[in-house]
Amino acid sequence: MLKVENLKVRYGMIEAIKGISFEVRDGEIVTLIGANGAGKTTTMHAISGLIKTAEGTISLDGTELTKIPPHKIVGLGLAQVPEGRRVFAQQTVEENLILGAYLRRDQGEIAKDIQDVYQTFPRLGERRTQAAGTLSGGEQQMLAMGRALMAKPSILLLDEPSMGLSPLLVSEIFQIIEEINKKGTTILLVEQNAKRALSIANRAYVLETGRITLEGTGEGLARDERVRKAYLGG
Amino acid sequence: MRFLSNFVNGLGLGSVYAIIALGYTMVYGIAKMLNFAHGDVIMVGAYVAFFALTRFHVPLIPGILAAVICCTVLGVVIERLAYKPLRQASSLSVLITAIGVSYFLQNSAQLLWSASPKMFPSIISTGALEFGGLSISYLTLITIATCLVVMVCLTLFINKTKTGSAMRACSEDKGAATLMGINVNKIISITFAIGSGLAAIASVLLCANYPTVTPTLGSMPGIKAFTAAVFGGIGSIPGALLGGLLLGIIEILSKAYISTNLSDVIVFGVLIVILLVKPTGLLGKNIREKV
Repeated sequence: MLKVENLKVRYGMIEAIKGISFEVRDGEIVTLIGANGAGKTTTMHAISGLIKTAEGTISLDGTELTKIPPHKIVGLGLAQVPEGRRVFAQQTVEENLILGAYLRRDQGEIAKDIQDVYQTFPRLGERRTQAAGTLSGGEQQMLAMGRALMAKPSILLLDEPSMGLSPLLVSEIFQIIEEINKKGTTILLVEQNAKRALSIANRAYVLETGRITLEGTGEGLARDERVRKAYLGG
Repeated sequence: MRFLSNFVNGLGLGSVYAIIALGYTMVYGIAKMLNFAHGDVIMVGAYVAFFALTRFHVPLIPGILAAVICCTVLGVVIERLAYKPLRQASSLSVLITAIGVSYFLQNSAQLLWSASPKMFPSIISTGALEFGGLSISYLTLITIATCLVVMVCLTLFINKTKTGSAMRACSEDKGAATLMGINVNKIISITFAIGSGLAAIASVLLCANYPTVTPTLGSMPGIKAFTAAVFGGIGSIPGALLGGLLLGIIEILSKAYISTNLSDVIVFGVLIVILLVKPTGLLGKNIREKV
Protein backbone atom coordinates (compact mmCIF):
# COMPACT_ATOMS: atom_id res chain seq x y z
CA MET A 1 0.00 0.00 0.00
CA LEU A 2 2.56 2.60 1.17
CA LYS A 3 6.12 2.04 0.04
CA VAL A 4 9.04 4.28 0.97
CA GLU A 5 12.32 3.67 -0.84
CA ASN A 6 15.73 5.19 -0.18
CA LEU A 7 14.14 8.35 1.26
CA LYS A 8 16.51 11.20 2.06
CA VAL A 9 15.56 14.54 3.61
CA ARG A 10 17.91 17.44 4.18
CA TYR A 11 17.58 20.55 6.31
CA GLY A 12 20.16 22.82 4.69
CA MET A 13 23.43 20.93 4.97
CA ILE A 14 22.20 18.46 7.52
CA GLU A 15 20.86 15.16 6.31
CA ALA A 16 18.02 14.30 8.69
CA ILE A 17 16.90 11.15 6.89
CA LYS A 18 19.74 9.22 5.34
CA GLY A 19 18.09 6.88 2.90
CA ILE A 20 15.40 4.78 4.59
CA SER A 21 13.13 2.16 3.06
CA PHE A 22 10.05 0.62 4.60
CA GLU A 23 6.59 -0.42 3.63
CA VAL A 24 3.11 -0.66 5.08
CA ARG A 25 0.88 -3.37 3.65
CA ASP A 26 -2.87 -3.29 3.35
CA GLY A 27 -4.63 -3.72 6.74
CA GLU A 28 -1.48 -3.66 8.84
CA ILE A 29 -0.48 -1.64 11.88
CA VAL A 30 3.14 -0.71 11.32
CA THR A 31 5.08 1.33 13.83
CA LEU A 32 8.20 3.41 13.53
CA ILE A 33 9.89 3.71 16.90
CA GLY A 34 12.93 5.69 17.88
CA ALA A 35 14.31 8.29 20.23
CA ASN A 36 13.72 12.02 20.07
CA GLY A 37 15.45 13.44 17.00
CA ALA A 38 15.72 10.12 15.18
CA GLY A 39 13.73 11.55 12.26
CA LYS A 40 10.29 10.08 12.91
CA THR A 41 8.30 13.28 12.43
CA THR A 42 10.47 14.29 9.47
CA THR A 43 9.57 10.97 7.82
CA MET A 44 5.87 11.60 8.46
CA HIS A 45 6.07 15.12 7.06
CA ALA A 46 7.89 13.84 3.98
CA ILE A 47 5.12 11.32 3.33
CA SER A 48 2.32 13.88 3.57
CA GLY A 49 4.30 16.43 1.58
CA LEU A 50 4.78 19.05 4.30
CA ILE A 51 8.52 18.99 3.64
CA LYS A 52 10.40 18.40 0.43
CA THR A 53 12.34 15.19 0.00
CA ALA A 54 15.90 15.27 -1.32
CA GLU A 55 15.95 11.79 -2.84
CA GLY A 56 13.98 8.60 -2.96
CA THR A 57 10.42 7.64 -3.67
CA ILE A 58 7.22 7.40 -1.64
CA SER A 59 4.42 5.58 -3.37
CA LEU A 60 0.84 5.05 -2.28
CA ASP A 61 -0.90 2.28 -4.23
CA GLY A 62 1.48 2.98 -7.08
CA THR A 63 1.06 6.81 -7.09
CA GLU A 64 4.29 8.71 -6.53
CA LEU A 65 3.59 11.16 -3.67
CA THR A 66 6.76 13.26 -3.98
CA LYS A 67 5.59 14.52 -7.36
CA ILE A 68 2.13 15.82 -6.43
CA PRO A 69 1.20 18.99 -4.51
CA PRO A 70 0.85 18.32 -0.76
CA HIS A 71 -2.82 19.37 -0.50
CA LYS A 72 -3.77 16.65 -2.99
CA ILE A 73 -2.29 13.78 -0.96
CA VAL A 74 -5.21 13.48 1.48
CA GLY A 75 -7.50 13.05 -1.53
CA LEU A 76 -5.60 9.87 -2.41
CA GLY A 77 -6.63 8.30 0.89
CA LEU A 78 -3.73 9.18 3.17
CA ALA A 79 -4.57 11.24 6.26
CA GLN A 80 -2.22 12.32 9.00
CA VAL A 81 -2.73 13.09 12.68
CA PRO A 82 0.18 15.45 13.19
CA GLU A 83 2.50 15.61 16.17
CA GLY A 84 1.16 18.04 18.77
CA ARG A 85 -2.41 17.47 17.45
CA ARG A 86 -2.54 20.86 15.65
CA VAL A 87 -6.31 21.23 15.87
CA PHE A 88 -7.73 24.57 14.72
CA ALA A 89 -7.96 26.08 18.20
CA GLN A 90 -10.31 28.94 17.35
CA GLN A 91 -12.82 26.80 15.49
CA THR A 92 -15.36 24.57 17.18
CA VAL A 93 -15.02 20.81 17.49
CA GLU A 94 -17.60 20.31 14.76
CA GLU A 95 -15.97 22.86 12.44
CA ASN A 96 -12.69 20.99 12.86
CA LEU A 97 -14.39 17.75 11.85
CA ILE A 98 -16.00 19.41 8.83
CA LEU A 99 -12.58 20.71 7.76
CA GLY A 100 -11.35 17.12 7.95
CA ALA A 101 -13.83 16.34 5.17
CA TYR A 102 -12.72 19.37 3.13
CA LEU A 103 -12.26 17.52 -0.16
CA ARG A 104 -15.40 15.40 0.12
CA ARG A 105 -18.55 16.39 -1.75
CA ASP A 106 -21.05 13.93 -0.21
CA GLN A 107 -22.79 16.23 2.29
CA GLY A 108 -25.18 13.60 3.62
CA GLU A 109 -22.41 11.07 4.25
CA ILE A 110 -20.32 13.75 6.00
CA ALA A 111 -23.11 14.40 8.52
CA LYS A 112 -23.33 10.67 9.18
CA ASP A 113 -19.56 10.33 9.61
CA ILE A 114 -19.55 13.18 12.13
CA GLN A 115 -22.04 11.16 14.19
CA ASP A 116 -19.74 8.12 13.85
CA VAL A 117 -16.85 10.16 15.22
CA TYR A 118 -19.02 11.22 18.17
CA GLN A 119 -19.83 7.56 18.73
CA THR A 120 -16.15 6.64 18.79
CA PHE A 121 -15.26 9.66 20.93
CA PRO A 122 -18.35 10.53 23.03
CA ARG A 123 -16.53 13.40 24.72
CA LEU A 124 -16.20 15.20 21.38
CA GLY A 125 -19.97 15.00 20.96
CA GLU A 126 -20.48 16.64 24.33
CA ARG A 127 -18.14 19.46 23.32
CA ARG A 128 -19.19 19.85 19.70
CA THR A 129 -19.88 23.60 19.89
CA GLN A 130 -16.83 24.37 22.02
CA ALA A 131 -13.70 25.98 20.54
CA ALA A 132 -11.08 23.26 20.04
CA GLY A 133 -8.52 25.32 21.95
CA THR A 134 -10.52 24.90 25.15
CA LEU A 135 -10.28 21.08 25.06
CA SER A 136 -7.88 19.08 27.22
CA GLY A 137 -4.83 17.47 25.65
CA GLY A 138 -6.51 14.07 25.44
CA GLU A 139 -9.65 15.54 23.89
CA GLN A 140 -7.56 17.45 21.36
CA GLN A 141 -5.82 14.19 20.44
CA MET A 142 -9.21 12.57 19.91
CA LEU A 143 -10.33 15.54 17.82
CA ALA A 144 -7.19 15.36 15.68
CA MET A 145 -7.88 11.65 15.12
CA GLY A 146 -11.56 12.23 14.39
CA ARG A 147 -10.67 15.04 12.00
CA ALA A 148 -8.28 12.77 10.09
CA LEU A 149 -10.90 10.00 9.95
CA MET A 150 -13.36 12.45 8.37
CA ALA A 151 -11.26 12.26 5.19
CA LYS A 152 -12.16 8.54 5.02
CA PRO A 153 -8.53 7.54 4.61
CA SER A 154 -7.43 4.08 3.56
CA ILE A 155 -4.21 4.67 5.51
CA LEU A 156 -3.92 6.76 8.67
CA LEU A 157 -0.61 8.18 9.85
CA LEU A 158 -0.39 8.91 13.57
CA ASP A 159 2.50 10.95 14.90
CA GLU A 160 3.11 10.56 18.65
CA PRO A 161 -0.55 10.19 19.66
CA SER A 162 0.39 9.41 23.27
CA MET A 163 2.54 12.47 23.80
CA GLY A 164 1.74 14.31 27.02
CA LEU A 165 -1.21 12.11 27.96
CA SER A 166 -1.89 10.26 31.22
CA PRO A 167 -1.34 6.47 31.16
CA LEU A 168 -5.10 5.92 31.35
CA LEU A 169 -5.74 8.10 28.31
CA VAL A 170 -2.85 6.47 26.46
CA SER A 171 -4.55 3.09 26.91
CA GLU A 172 -7.80 4.52 25.61
CA ILE A 173 -6.12 6.07 22.56
CA PHE A 174 -4.29 2.84 21.71
CA GLN A 175 -7.48 0.84 22.06
CA ILE A 176 -9.18 3.20 19.61
CA ILE A 177 -6.26 2.89 17.17
CA GLU A 178 -6.75 -0.88 17.19
CA GLU A 179 -10.50 -0.44 16.64
CA ILE A 180 -9.92 1.91 13.69
CA ASN A 181 -7.58 -0.71 12.23
CA LYS A 182 -10.13 -3.49 12.71
CA LYS A 183 -12.67 -1.45 10.77
CA GLY A 184 -10.32 -1.63 7.78
CA THR A 185 -7.96 1.36 7.97
CA THR A 186 -4.25 0.66 7.59
CA ILE A 187 -2.15 2.39 10.27
CA LEU A 188 1.36 3.83 10.31
CA LEU A 189 2.18 4.80 13.87
CA VAL A 190 5.16 6.81 15.04
CA GLU A 191 5.83 6.57 18.76
CA GLN A 192 8.34 7.24 21.48
CA ASN A 193 6.27 4.99 23.71
CA ALA A 194 7.84 1.92 22.14
CA LYS A 195 6.31 -0.60 24.52
CA ARG A 196 2.73 0.37 23.72
CA ALA A 197 3.42 0.79 20.02
CA LEU A 198 5.05 -2.64 19.68
CA SER A 199 2.20 -4.27 21.60
CA ILE A 200 -0.35 -3.36 18.90
CA ALA A 201 1.89 -3.43 15.80
CA ASN A 202 2.03 -6.22 13.24
CA ARG A 203 5.44 -5.04 12.14
CA ALA A 204 7.88 -2.42 13.34
CA TYR A 205 10.97 -0.49 12.30
CA VAL A 206 13.55 1.12 14.57
CA LEU A 207 14.77 4.52 13.40
CA GLU A 208 18.10 5.82 14.72
CA THR A 209 19.51 9.21 13.63
CA GLY A 210 18.01 9.03 10.18
CA ARG A 211 18.58 5.32 9.48
CA ILE A 212 16.51 2.19 9.96
CA THR A 213 18.60 -0.09 12.12
CA LEU A 214 16.17 -2.90 12.92
CA GLU A 215 12.95 -4.32 11.61
CA GLY A 216 10.69 -7.17 12.49
CA THR A 217 7.31 -8.13 13.87
CA GLY A 218 5.97 -6.12 16.79
CA GLU A 219 6.31 -9.12 19.08
CA GLY A 220 9.77 -10.00 17.77
CA LEU A 221 11.17 -6.54 18.32
CA ALA A 222 9.59 -6.32 21.77
CA ARG A 223 11.68 -9.39 22.70
CA ASP A 224 14.83 -8.20 20.92
CA GLU A 225 17.66 -7.55 23.36
CA ARG A 226 18.83 -4.34 21.65
CA VAL A 227 15.33 -2.88 21.53
CA ARG A 228 14.71 -3.82 25.16
CA LYS A 229 17.92 -2.09 26.23
CA ALA A 230 17.46 1.06 24.20
CA TYR A 231 13.71 1.65 24.23
CA LEU A 232 11.96 -0.55 26.74
CA GLY A 233 14.06 0.23 29.81
CA GLY A 234 16.00 -3.06 30.02
CA MET B 1 -25.50 69.62 17.31
CA ARG B 2 -22.22 70.59 15.70
CA PHE B 3 -20.55 67.86 17.68
CA LEU B 4 -23.01 65.30 16.37
CA SER B 5 -22.47 66.36 12.79
CA ASN B 6 -18.69 66.19 13.26
CA PHE B 7 -19.11 62.77 14.80
CA VAL B 8 -21.08 61.51 11.81
CA ASN B 9 -18.47 62.93 9.43
CA GLY B 10 -15.87 61.08 11.47
CA LEU B 11 -17.86 57.89 11.01
CA GLY B 12 -17.88 58.57 7.27
CA LEU B 13 -14.11 58.99 7.04
CA GLY B 14 -13.64 56.08 9.44
CA SER B 15 -15.75 53.88 7.18
CA VAL B 16 -13.29 54.44 4.32
CA TYR B 17 -10.37 53.66 6.61
CA ALA B 18 -12.18 50.53 7.82
CA ILE B 19 -12.69 49.20 4.28
CA ILE B 20 -9.00 49.75 3.49
CA ALA B 21 -7.96 48.31 6.86
CA LEU B 22 -9.80 45.08 6.00
CA GLY B 23 -7.32 44.52 3.17
CA TYR B 24 -4.36 44.90 5.51
CA THR B 25 -5.83 42.81 8.26
CA MET B 26 -7.02 39.91 6.07
CA VAL B 27 -3.72 39.62 4.25
CA TYR B 28 -1.87 39.79 7.55
CA GLY B 29 -4.17 37.23 9.13
CA ILE B 30 -3.63 34.70 6.37
CA ALA B 31 -0.32 35.41 4.63
CA LYS B 32 1.27 36.82 7.84
CA MET B 33 2.71 39.75 5.91
CA LEU B 34 2.21 43.50 5.80
CA ASN B 35 1.27 44.45 2.26
CA PHE B 36 2.50 48.02 2.12
CA ALA B 37 1.52 48.21 -1.54
CA HIS B 38 -2.13 48.05 -0.49
CA GLY B 39 -2.47 51.86 -0.45
CA ASP B 40 -1.18 52.03 -4.01
CA VAL B 41 -3.76 49.52 -5.18
CA ILE B 42 -6.28 52.13 -4.02
CA MET B 43 -4.51 54.70 -6.19
CA VAL B 44 -4.75 52.40 -9.24
CA GLY B 45 -8.45 51.88 -8.49
CA ALA B 46 -8.94 55.64 -8.37
CA TYR B 47 -7.31 56.11 -11.79
CA VAL B 48 -9.30 53.27 -13.34
CA ALA B 49 -12.56 54.73 -12.01
CA PHE B 50 -11.49 58.22 -13.09
CA PHE B 51 -10.75 57.17 -16.68
CA ALA B 52 -13.83 54.97 -16.89
CA LEU B 53 -16.11 57.79 -15.76
CA THR B 54 -14.52 60.74 -17.59
CA ARG B 55 -12.83 59.36 -20.73
CA PHE B 56 -15.10 56.45 -21.53
CA HIS B 57 -18.26 57.94 -20.02
CA VAL B 58 -19.21 54.69 -18.37
CA PRO B 59 -22.12 54.93 -15.89
CA LEU B 60 -21.25 54.98 -12.19
CA ILE B 61 -21.90 51.35 -11.23
CA PRO B 62 -20.06 49.75 -14.20
CA GLY B 63 -17.27 52.28 -13.59
CA ILE B 64 -16.90 51.10 -9.99
CA LEU B 65 -17.09 47.52 -11.21
CA ALA B 66 -14.24 48.16 -13.66
CA ALA B 67 -12.11 49.51 -10.80
CA VAL B 68 -12.97 46.49 -8.64
CA ILE B 69 -12.04 44.03 -11.40
CA CYS B 70 -8.76 45.80 -12.24
CA CYS B 71 -7.72 46.02 -8.59
CA THR B 72 -8.65 42.39 -7.90
CA VAL B 73 -6.53 41.22 -10.83
CA LEU B 74 -3.72 43.58 -9.82
CA GLY B 75 -3.75 42.29 -6.24
CA VAL B 76 -3.57 38.65 -7.35
CA VAL B 77 -0.80 39.41 -9.88
CA ILE B 78 1.25 41.30 -7.28
CA GLU B 79 0.96 38.35 -4.91
CA ARG B 80 1.96 35.82 -7.58
CA LEU B 81 4.91 37.75 -8.94
CA ALA B 82 6.30 39.55 -5.91
CA TYR B 83 5.28 37.71 -2.74
CA LYS B 84 4.74 34.06 -3.65
CA PRO B 85 8.41 33.42 -4.52
CA LEU B 86 9.23 34.66 -1.01
CA ARG B 87 6.93 32.25 0.85
CA GLN B 88 9.89 30.66 2.66
CA ALA B 89 11.90 33.89 3.00
CA SER B 90 12.24 35.98 6.17
CA SER B 91 9.43 38.41 6.91
CA LEU B 92 11.89 41.29 6.52
CA SER B 93 12.52 40.38 2.86
CA VAL B 94 8.78 40.28 2.23
CA LEU B 95 8.32 43.66 3.92
CA ILE B 96 11.05 45.28 1.81
CA THR B 97 9.54 43.73 -1.33
CA ALA B 98 6.16 45.20 -0.41
CA ILE B 99 7.70 48.66 -0.06
CA GLY B 100 9.36 48.10 -3.45
CA VAL B 101 6.04 47.16 -5.05
CA SER B 102 4.54 50.31 -3.55
CA TYR B 103 7.20 52.54 -5.17
CA PHE B 104 6.90 50.59 -8.41
CA LEU B 105 3.16 51.28 -8.60
CA GLN B 106 3.52 54.96 -7.69
CA ASN B 107 6.22 55.59 -10.26
CA SER B 108 4.47 53.58 -12.95
CA ALA B 109 1.37 55.70 -12.37
CA GLN B 110 3.44 58.86 -12.65
CA LEU B 111 4.99 57.61 -15.90
CA LEU B 112 1.65 56.58 -17.37
CA TRP B 113 -0.62 59.34 -16.17
CA SER B 114 1.81 62.14 -15.13
CA ALA B 115 2.10 63.67 -11.67
CA SER B 116 -0.40 66.44 -12.32
CA PRO B 117 -3.56 65.98 -10.27
CA LYS B 118 -6.80 65.01 -11.99
CA MET B 119 -10.19 66.10 -10.74
CA PHE B 120 -12.47 63.20 -9.90
CA PRO B 121 -16.01 63.89 -11.13
CA SER B 122 -18.69 64.43 -8.52
CA ILE B 123 -20.57 61.16 -8.56
CA ILE B 124 -22.96 61.29 -5.67
CA SER B 125 -25.55 64.06 -5.34
CA THR B 126 -24.29 66.82 -3.10
CA GLY B 127 -27.53 67.06 -1.14
CA ALA B 128 -27.89 66.44 2.54
CA LEU B 129 -30.32 64.81 4.85
CA GLU B 130 -31.71 67.33 7.34
CA PHE B 131 -33.47 66.58 10.56
CA GLY B 132 -33.70 68.61 13.74
CA GLY B 133 -30.95 71.00 12.68
CA LEU B 134 -28.56 68.13 11.97
CA SER B 135 -27.38 67.91 8.38
CA ILE B 136 -25.64 64.83 7.01
CA SER B 137 -24.55 64.72 3.39
CA TYR B 138 -25.81 61.82 1.28
CA LEU B 139 -22.21 61.05 0.46
CA THR B 140 -21.41 60.42 4.12
CA LEU B 141 -24.52 58.28 4.51
CA ILE B 142 -23.64 56.21 1.43
CA THR B 143 -20.07 55.81 2.65
CA ILE B 144 -21.20 54.54 6.06
CA ALA B 145 -23.82 52.28 4.49
CA THR B 146 -21.26 50.80 2.07
CA CYS B 147 -18.93 50.05 4.95
CA LEU B 148 -21.70 48.28 6.86
CA VAL B 149 -22.74 46.20 3.84
CA VAL B 150 -19.11 45.22 3.17
CA MET B 151 -18.65 44.24 6.82
CA VAL B 152 -21.79 42.11 6.95
CA CYS B 153 -21.03 40.35 3.66
CA LEU B 154 -17.43 39.66 4.63
CA THR B 155 -18.36 38.36 8.08
CA LEU B 156 -20.94 36.02 6.55
CA PHE B 157 -18.44 34.87 3.94
CA ILE B 158 -15.72 34.14 6.51
CA ASN B 159 -18.02 32.38 8.97
CA LYS B 160 -20.58 30.63 6.80
CA THR B 161 -18.84 29.45 3.64
CA LYS B 162 -16.44 26.59 3.05
CA THR B 163 -13.82 28.93 1.59
CA GLY B 164 -14.22 31.19 4.64
CA SER B 165 -13.64 28.30 6.98
CA ALA B 166 -10.58 27.26 4.95
CA MET B 167 -9.33 30.85 5.29
CA ARG B 168 -9.71 30.69 9.07
CA ALA B 169 -7.90 27.35 9.10
CA CYS B 170 -5.02 28.79 7.04
CA SER B 171 -4.72 31.76 9.37
CA GLU B 172 -4.25 29.38 12.31
CA ASP B 173 -2.00 26.66 10.89
CA LYS B 174 -1.04 26.36 7.22
CA GLY B 175 0.56 22.94 7.66
CA ALA B 176 -2.51 21.44 9.29
CA ALA B 177 -4.70 23.14 6.67
CA THR B 178 -2.65 21.45 3.93
CA LEU B 179 -3.20 18.09 5.63
CA MET B 180 -6.97 18.71 5.32
CA GLY B 181 -6.52 19.11 1.56
CA ILE B 182 -6.74 22.92 1.55
CA ASN B 183 -4.70 24.55 -1.22
CA VAL B 184 -3.00 27.26 0.84
CA ASN B 185 -1.69 29.14 -2.20
CA LYS B 186 -5.20 29.39 -3.62
CA ILE B 187 -6.54 30.70 -0.30
CA ILE B 188 -3.81 33.35 -0.18
CA SER B 189 -4.72 34.40 -3.75
CA ILE B 190 -8.39 34.67 -2.78
CA THR B 191 -7.44 36.81 0.22
CA PHE B 192 -5.45 39.21 -1.95
CA ALA B 193 -8.32 39.30 -4.45
CA ILE B 194 -10.87 40.25 -1.77
CA GLY B 195 -8.58 42.81 -0.11
CA SER B 196 -7.77 44.47 -3.43
CA GLY B 197 -11.39 44.47 -4.60
CA LEU B 198 -12.30 46.25 -1.35
CA ALA B 199 -9.48 48.70 -2.00
CA ALA B 200 -11.19 49.63 -5.28
CA ILE B 201 -14.46 50.33 -3.48
CA ALA B 202 -12.55 52.42 -0.94
CA SER B 203 -10.85 54.34 -3.74
CA VAL B 204 -14.17 55.46 -5.21
CA LEU B 205 -15.48 56.52 -1.77
CA LEU B 206 -12.22 58.30 -1.04
CA CYS B 207 -12.26 60.20 -4.34
CA ALA B 208 -15.90 61.10 -3.91
CA ASN B 209 -14.92 62.78 -0.63
CA TYR B 210 -11.52 64.17 -1.70
CA PRO B 211 -11.66 64.49 -5.48
CA THR B 212 -7.98 64.89 -6.38
CA VAL B 213 -6.38 61.91 -8.11
CA THR B 214 -2.57 61.76 -7.96
CA PRO B 215 -0.01 58.91 -8.08
CA THR B 216 0.59 59.21 -4.34
CA LEU B 217 -3.07 59.40 -3.42
CA GLY B 218 -3.00 56.01 -1.70
CA SER B 219 -0.05 56.59 0.64
CA MET B 220 -1.65 58.57 3.44
CA PRO B 221 -5.01 56.71 3.56
CA GLY B 222 -2.96 53.50 3.30
CA ILE B 223 -0.85 54.36 6.33
CA LYS B 224 -3.90 55.59 8.25
CA ALA B 225 -5.80 52.39 7.47
CA PHE B 226 -2.79 50.30 8.43
CA THR B 227 -2.77 52.22 11.70
CA ALA B 228 -6.48 51.49 12.07
CA ALA B 229 -5.83 47.79 11.52
CA VAL B 230 -3.11 47.74 14.19
CA PHE B 231 -5.27 49.90 16.45
CA GLY B 232 -8.12 47.38 16.33
CA GLY B 233 -5.83 44.35 16.47
CA ILE B 234 -4.23 43.24 13.23
CA GLY B 235 -5.68 40.01 11.88
CA SER B 236 -9.11 40.74 13.36
CA ILE B 237 -11.96 41.76 11.04
CA PRO B 238 -14.16 43.42 13.70
CA GLY B 239 -10.92 45.06 14.88
CA ALA B 240 -10.44 46.66 11.46
CA LEU B 241 -13.96 48.10 11.62
CA LEU B 242 -13.55 49.40 15.16
CA GLY B 243 -10.05 50.74 14.49
CA GLY B 244 -11.10 52.43 11.25
CA LEU B 245 -14.17 54.11 12.76
CA LEU B 246 -12.29 55.29 15.86
CA LEU B 247 -9.47 56.65 13.76
CA GLY B 248 -11.87 58.60 11.55
CA ILE B 249 -13.74 60.02 14.53
CA ILE B 250 -10.57 61.01 16.36
CA GLU B 251 -9.19 62.64 13.22
CA ILE B 252 -12.31 64.70 12.46
CA LEU B 253 -12.89 65.70 16.09
CA SER B 254 -9.30 66.82 16.55
CA LYS B 255 -9.54 68.80 13.32
CA ALA B 256 -12.74 70.45 14.52
CA TYR B 257 -11.85 71.17 18.11
CA ILE B 258 -8.09 71.15 18.51
CA SER B 259 -6.10 71.89 15.39
CA THR B 260 -6.16 70.94 11.73
CA ASN B 261 -2.38 70.72 11.68
CA LEU B 262 -2.14 68.58 14.78
CA SER B 263 -4.85 66.05 13.85
CA ASP B 264 -2.38 63.45 12.53
CA VAL B 265 -0.16 63.93 15.56
CA ILE B 266 -3.14 63.21 17.78
CA VAL B 267 -4.22 60.19 15.72
CA PHE B 268 -0.80 58.56 15.89
CA GLY B 269 -0.36 59.67 19.52
CA VAL B 270 -3.52 57.78 20.46
CA LEU B 271 -2.20 54.74 18.55
CA ILE B 272 1.03 54.78 20.55
CA VAL B 273 -0.85 55.03 23.83
CA ILE B 274 -3.19 52.16 22.90
CA LEU B 275 -0.29 49.94 21.86
CA LEU B 276 1.55 50.71 25.10
CA VAL B 277 -1.47 49.64 27.12
CA LYS B 278 -2.58 46.78 24.89
CA PRO B 279 0.16 45.70 22.47
CA THR B 280 -2.14 43.40 20.48
CA GLY B 281 -4.59 46.22 19.68
CA LEU B 282 -8.14 46.67 20.91
CA LEU B 283 -9.58 43.35 19.71
CA GLY B 284 -6.32 41.56 18.97
CA LYS B 285 -5.72 38.03 20.09
CA ASN B 286 -2.59 37.05 21.91
CA ILE B 287 0.03 36.27 19.34
CA ARG B 288 2.03 33.20 20.15
CA GLU B 289 5.29 32.82 18.33
CA LYS B 290 5.50 29.36 16.86
CA VAL B 291 8.78 27.57 16.43
